Amino acid sequence: MVELIPMSVATAATDLSWNPLDDLALLFHYEFMVHAFEAGTVVAIVAGAIGYFVVLRGSAFAAHALSHIGFAGATGAVVVALSPIVGLLAFTLGAGIAIGALGNRLRGRDVTIGIVLAWALGLGVLFISLYRGYATEAYALLFGQILGISTSDVIATLAAGVVTIVALVVVYRPLLFSSVDEDLASAKGVPVTLLSIVFMAILAVAVSEAVQVVGVLLIFALIVTPAAIAVRFSSRPPIAIGIGILLALAFTWFGLAIAFFSPHPVSFFITTLAFATYLAVRLAEALRLRLHAKRLANS
Amino acid sequence: MSDRGAAIEADGLAAGYGSTAIWSQASFSIPAGSFTAILGPNGAGKSTLIKLILGLLHPIAGKLEVLGEAPTRGNPRIGYVPQGSAFDPELSIRGRDFVGLGVDGHKWGMRLTGRPQIASATDESIRAVGAEAYADRQLGRLSGGEQQRLLLAQALVGQPSLLLMDEPLSHLDVRNQGAIVQLISEVARQRNLTVLLIAHDVNPLLSHIDHVLYIAQGKLAMGKPADIITSETLSAIYSAPVEVLRDRLGRVFVVGLEEEVSHPHG
Repeated sequence: MVELIPMSVATAATDLSWNPLDDLALLFHYEFMVHAFEAGTVVAIVAGAIGYFVVLRGSAFAAHALSHIGFAGATGAVVVALSPIVGLLAFTLGAGIAIGALGNRLRGRDVTIGIVLAWALGLGVLFISLYRGYATEAYALLFGQILGISTSDVIATLAAGVVTIVALVVVYRPLLFSSVDEDLASAKGVPVTLLSIVFMAILAVAVSEAVQVVGVLLIFALIVTPAAIAVRFSSRPPIAIGIGILLALAFTWFGLAIAFFSPHPVSFFITTLAFATYLAVRLAEALRLRLHAKRLANS
Repeated sequence: MSDRGAAIEADGLAAGYGSTAIWSQASFSIPAGSFTAILGPNGAGKSTLIKLILGLLHPIAGKLEVLGEAPTRGNPRIGYVPQGSAFDPELSIRGRDFVGLGVDGHKWGMRLTGRPQIASATDESIRAVGAEAYADRQLGRLSGGEQQRLLLAQALVGQPSLLLMDEPLSHLDVRNQGAIVQLISEVARQRNLTVLLIAHDVNPLLSHIDHVLYIAQGKLAMGKPADIITSETLSAIYSAPVEVLRDRLGRVFVVGLEEEVSHPHG
């Protein structure tokens, strides 16, 4: 993930031809693009799946905070000559478990979380200054560096992805139950505090993965936006999760493809696709409601 | 149901958090198949009693038997409707999925086997509370009365013998309160359910309940509504001047058991 592709390659003047097959062949011609698609696919599936629970549990801000705290960990790791992914994972996991253990006591504590995440970003700035000369490292962490992913990074991402999906499948029913009504789930024998910790730990791993693609600052675009759109289409959990995964995949794939043929960064296209889709869905909803109201008024 | 015909039996029971008792010396017996309203001012420990029965909290003294056994968390023979305001409007889950969680929401993994059985149990429960028309809509977007019916369906879906409800009426208007009480009463009779229901106001319940369990000032008192809710009885139990007032429509108002601070909900 540290390895940077020279800007000249990443933004090679690859012009779109009129033959879609040629374009597709060109897209997968470079190894870094193949890796980007592989890692992006894994991350999108994980992000889309866990996003449903993030939205259901109202822990979007906690996800955001995790990524910022992870930034401090990643930059700190670089200072002590470790891989940034190690620091990222250690800090997001630590913070995730702490937030999970506090559980309900943290609900609505946006101010507290905000104060901690601002401080974490401040720490990150300090670590960057201690590690002279590598602002690109910080830039990659903040905004993602999916075009600089090595084969071993892809394998690590895949392994982490499998772990998160398996963990989600194992806790699926009780997690759903406690996300809908914690008191009821607890009375039914669901270990709600343990689940809250496990969920935040899974989220920490998912956030660490997603940071590679969109970076710390843009994590919402992959974890929250697809799920937030999906729940407007279906209130059946498995279907909403499926739609979330498909949307996250679409944003990632199209974002990568568009970026390849343009001089602008991938993260911009992924976040823009996510935002534009969300906006379109909300507008369509508002329009439908107005039409419905009109029809009612006329009848 | 235990052989002695009691669904819940308490002897010298005391409840509290830490070592401080909220109430103590409670001895009562709730007959199987009866409908009991738990009444009392805010903070008197009504929900605490429910938590003891659910096994979420341990007594600090005395004995408690629930359906002939010591209370255990996750007892499948207990149906529960927790206290709480309405669901978040954005909560994206169908009423039907929520009722289904009452069957197997506590089990690990995803639902792989037994789907038809769970679907038919869910259907049956939704029908029993008359929620067919909106069970497929998003739970958070339903009205208070509709949500309350689905909460009841969720509590009934496991075929419990004891139903515990923590203030199921507090967010409903008078008409819905009446309808929900009527429904609970009918379902309970058909299924021979023992019902314990916490309420702020006894009036919507008066014509349906067998017993009143009054919790105030650290003490519990149980009896028939007509015996318990009188100025004389309540004054004697709580050694304080308690007034029970009745208006022309037969509605009952208890005055004098609230703490010094005024409670907006009375």
